[in-house]
Amino acid sequence: MTNTKAAVPELGAVEIHGLTRGSFILKGALAAGTVYGAATVGPFVRQAMAQEGMGDVEIVNFALTLEYLETAFYESAPTGLSARAATLAKRFGQEEATHVDALTAAVRQLGGTPAPKPRFVFPRGDARAFLKLAQTLEDTGVSAYNGAAPAIQSKEVLGSAGAIVQVEARHAAAIRLLNGQPPAPLAFDQALDTAAVQQAVKPFIRS
Amino acid sequence: MAQLERERSEPRNPSAMEELSRDPSDRKRFLRMVGGAGAAGAFSIFLAACGDDEKDSAGTTDKAAPAAGSTAGDLKIVNYALTLEYIEADFYEKVAGSGLFRGKDLALIRSIGENENDHVTALAATAKKLGGTPAPRPKTTFPLEDARSVLQLAATVENLGAAAYLGQAGRIQNKEVLAAALSIHTVEARHASALNFLTQQNVTPDGAFAKPASMEEVLPKVKPFLVS
Repeated sequence: MTNTKAAVPELGAVEIHGLTRGSFILKGALAAGTVYGAATVGPFVRQAMAQEGMGDVEIVNFALTLEYLETAFYESAPTGLSARAATLAKRFGQEEATHVDALTAAVRQLGGTPAPKPRFVFPRGDARAFLKLAQTLEDTGVSAYNGAAPAIQSKEVLGSAGAIVQVEARHAAAIRLLNGQPPAPLAFDQALDTAAVQQAVKPFIRS
Repeated sequence: MAQLERERSEPRNPSAMEELSRDPSDRKRFLRMVGGAGAAGAFSIFLAACGDDEKDSAGTTDKAAPAAGSTAGDLKIVNYALTLEYIEADFYEKVAGSGLFRGKDLALIRSIGENENDHVTALAATAKKLGGTPAPRPKTTFPLEDARSVLQLAATVENLGAAAYLGQAGRIQNKEVLAAALSIHTVEARHASALNFLTQQNVTPDGAFAKPASMEEVLPKVKPFLVS
């Protein structure tokens, strides 16, 4: 409740280079966070992004792109983190990489082609800036999964998405504690909203 | 509680029973806990009377699945979640009033307790929206001896709660109920992580993929907190 009004300009500084639908939507998701604040990127559990007509392969590929982003982000960890923060960042990065592997395999199992890894550029900053962006990315990840999950058709894929989003939420809470923030600021984690994403992404579209 | 006593003697719903537990005493106790077989039976009759009028608000439910079955299943899951949330809400209320905590820890306990109360309210409303009767608030008891063991117990309860929600995700039919459950699931996960963090435990004890827990696995673990 304390953070709902906070804008998150640091999201706008994350660059994603890639032309896949997954990276496009991810850009939109981050842009939505920039405009509205991570905790306001959607109304309560509604309007899953998947309402754009994404099938399971597209949803998993979107999640894969998000996990690529998080993996690359933790790899960019600066020096100067506290011992506990460094330990967590390393472990969380490994877990995101494991999610990448699992989602890549899931896309193949569904008969699709895994989204290629985009190129990411993160703003360079100190430990404090890194942890702030980590918090925003993890919170956004939770909202992205919660938004997309209800549209997943396969029970197996839904179960995997649930197992992953719980871990994202755990990351988010731990990073929040490192930042002196409430670990669960809302009683209901929010879902990313299609309309907000589309509106936010508009300025970035030059097609 | 009077309602509980009354329902104990009523006939039980066999399909619900099969799914819940193989141990008759656990099963009986659990059914009472999640709202009683009497309520479930009455609800089935209500659905039969409603026939095809039953509206699915998400509008995307598999047409091949019997609507009555899926709503009854969702209601059972919602009341199961509601019962777990009642236990958690009670727990934090008692912990906050125990005098064992102050300062930042007390503030965290209070804020987690508020979350659980909000979950109780939302799930009770959801049960009603599904045309059912919300599960009654159970009577609880917790060992509240010292701050350290209480935080440890809180961590255990939250990790179990997160696993319990994850265990139901694939079984929920109604998309709105699923979305609501997911939005609560990750909050339980945040609580679990925070309490693991504060008790110097691994915040992701299952590694990259959280493990689900079934009703049958969760039931015996919350039994010690219930007063019959």
